[in-house]
Amino acid sequence: MEEGKVYVGNLDVAAKRARDILLGKLKLEKVVDWANAFSLWPVHLTTSCCSTEFAATFGPRFDGEQFGALPWVGPRQTNLIVIEGTVTRKMACAVRVTWEQMPHPKYAIAMGACALDGGLFYNSYNVVRPWEVIPIDIYIPGCPPRPESVARAIVELQRKIRGRRVASSWIREGWRPDRDYVAPKEDYCAWQKTSPLLERV
Amino acid sequence: MSGEVRVYGGWRDDLGLKVIPTRRLARDVYEVFIGPQHPGSGHMRIIIRVDGDVIVEADPDIGYVHRTMEKLGEIRGWIKPIPLFERMAIHDACNITLPYVRAVEKLMGVEAPLRAKYLRVLLCEINRIAAHLYGFAIFGVFLGHSTMYMWAMGDREVFIQLAEELTGARLTHSYPIPGGVRRDIPQGFPDMARRAVKYMRKRLEEYRKIFLDNPVIRSRLEDVGVIPKRLAAELGIVGPNARGSGIQYDVRIIEPYEVYDELDFEVPVYTEGDALARTYVRVEEIRQSLRIIEQVVEWLEKKPREPIVDESIYKKYPPLHKKILESQGRAKLLPWMATMKVPAGRAIGRGETGRGEIIYYVESDGGMNPYRVRIVTPSARNAIAFKYALPGHRVMDLPAIYGSLDYFPPEADR
Amino acid sequence: MSGAELVEGPRDYEATLKAARARAESALREAGISFSVEEGKGFVDLVVDVDSIVKAAEALKNAGFTHVVSVTAVDYPKKKSIKVAYHVTSYLDPEIVGGIVGLAVYLPREAPEMPSLSGVWVSAEFMEREVYEFFGVTFKGHPDLRPLLLIPELAEKRPLRKDFVVREESIYEGVPERVRRG
Repeated sequence: MEEGKVYVGNLDVAAKRARDILLGKLKLEKVVDWANAFSLWPVHLTTSCCSTEFAATFGPRFDGEQFGALPWVGPRQTNLIVIEGTVTRKMACAVRVTWEQMPHPKYAIAMGACALDGGLFYNSYNVVRPWEVIPIDIYIPGCPPRPESVARAIVELQRKIRGRRVASSWIREGWRPDRDYVAPKEDYCAWQKTSPLLERV
Repeated sequence: MSGEVRVYGGWRDDLGLKVIPTRRLARDVYEVFIGPQHPGSGHMRIIIRVDGDVIVEADPDIGYVHRTMEKLGEIRGWIKPIPLFERMAIHDACNITLPYVRAVEKLMGVEAPLRAKYLRVLLCEINRIAAHLYGFAIFGVFLGHSTMYMWAMGDREVFIQLAEELTGARLTHSYPIPGGVRRDIPQGFPDMARRAVKYMRKRLEEYRKIFLDNPVIRSRLEDVGVIPKRLAAELGIVGPNARGSGIQYDVRIIEPYEVYDELDFEVPVYTEGDALARTYVRVEEIRQSLRIIEQVVEWLEKKPREPIVDESIYKKYPPLHKKILESQGRAKLLPWMATMKVPAGRAIGRGETGRGEIIYYVESDGGMNPYRVRIVTPSARNAIAFKYALPGHRVMDLPAIYGSLDYFPPEADR
Repeated sequence: MSGAELVEGPRDYEATLKAARARAESALREAGISFSVEEGKGFVDLVVDVDSIVKAAEALKNAGFTHVVSVTAVDYPKKKSIKVAYHVTSYLDPEIVGGIVGLAVYLPREAPEMPSLSGVWVSAEFMEREVYEFFGVTFKGHPDLRPLLLIPELAEKRPLRKDFVVREESIYEGVPERVRRG
């Protein structure tokens, strides 16, 4: 190096090369997926009685937190819904609203036989299937599933996010390529608009 | 609107009742919808009207977990409703299905043998402790006391494990069947139970230090959400909530079912009626349940094994099933039970679950299905307490009151 | 915190029920209300006329029955009637504590209507809303009669009436007849 001289690189070239390295060789995307997979925040939305096992998953015996997920308070700060059991017609509205409030990339796990296809309540007149309300990534069978299987579902979701690069491609494309966006066939919140609750005051 | 003096209700001393007006509210009263997605994870919504941050009216909007138990109970025969009704409160499974089984037993005219009765009581008390600990854990979340959540959830696993040893399932035991129970105690169970009791006694002392005598918790719970005795009686609230208000009522004492009249235990009652009193009742109840478990386990250990189903049902067992029952202590459900008919009649079965009194009204027309099953769960009866306990408090007291009522929506909505 | 009191017992439920029944019957007789008795296991139903139910409820309330444990409705399409029973009991009276007595009424199945008893027993408020949505019984004078558990569209179908049929799938659903016979 000579004294008194400043070497300035070509910024355009440097930026192009950096982009090629980070995006072209998929390193940044890997980082995005890795980070996303280990910061799963399930939202505090309990739909039914599987919540007892979900709570046990994050208790001391099973310690679900070690897998990189911790239930958190508000939908705006979370990116994972765990549908804990049956979704009733009244609850379907709350599930949909919570889902729409969450920032993407976001995921959903359906827990329990009821969330698969109704379970014990398959012929109940007040039960809807959660996959008609929001798109589901992982299903857990069982009635109720044991906490181990909830932990397993979280690990599977992480594998899916990293293996299929769900998070990074979602951010890049603006939509989720591996899955169609589920629009509910009916408006589950319609009952609220006609509810006498709102007309009282 | 300004300058107007608003009175939101008051006390009617002649009734001992807090009166909540139903007239139109002024326009600067705001309506706040809390739930069903909220930090306490309760699947219910409370609509409150606030003036500043003082609650003037509360309207519990329940039904988010209404899974039509009463209708499905009418079409599934007499046996299949047992696992169905269990889902109302799966962490309190034996307590919640036992009254239904007893109502069916009353109609059928069968009675469980003594050993089966002791086994039922054993699982009921294990479940009661687990349910109270679950309540504490959720209460901890409500109050932002995550140590309580971790401790109670961890200690609950001890009793879940006990129940799993006994029945084979963590939560959904489906243990009592008409005329008996499904399993006898396994080898080594009494020692395991005694260890659990000893451990829990030690832990209760530590709970007192970190939770009940914690100055922060006490200041949040003391004199909050007071339900006076007269109001509690008028509202018909049940369980620890009623006993925290000085109501001397426990189904195990009023209508001693199974073998509760032969056991030595006490039912504590506190007179303050605030959130702290309700919490104290639960702690004392855990202590009493530990006493019951000790006595029952000792009885089961001493007495020789006998068939755990009623004589009339045992007679119908084929030889293979009899052998399994005698050698392994497992009572198989027989195929005829799926299509059995129950004599016509009406019966009320009731019992004390962790959250209070549950009532099943079972009507039979002599067919293969119940004609009508009416279920009144403890949480369903406690729901009205929200309407009366919340007004007058600040919004920040809502979690403390909500948590102290130990309200479990799947149970309330049925 | 005051020291804990204890519930005294154990008690004999049969004796309690007998006392509660005697108390309720004498209260109704004093009020001059005619009634018929329907026996059940663990409770008793006193059936009165719709017109006199408010008076009967007040008589029972004054006799010490503090609260409603269940508003039980049963649909009888063959008799073309709906039975509404208020199962009441007491917390405060040591003699009849816990004894369940039902105050029942038969209503016509078409447009069932009866006066609300939530003015007498506050605890009946939510349960009456439940009976309203599941059976379509209108309670006159109820402060806030709207569905409690169901969404309004479903409540209009009156799901717990017997003509609302929910199909139960048999284990042979979709299995051909020849396979079924083995």
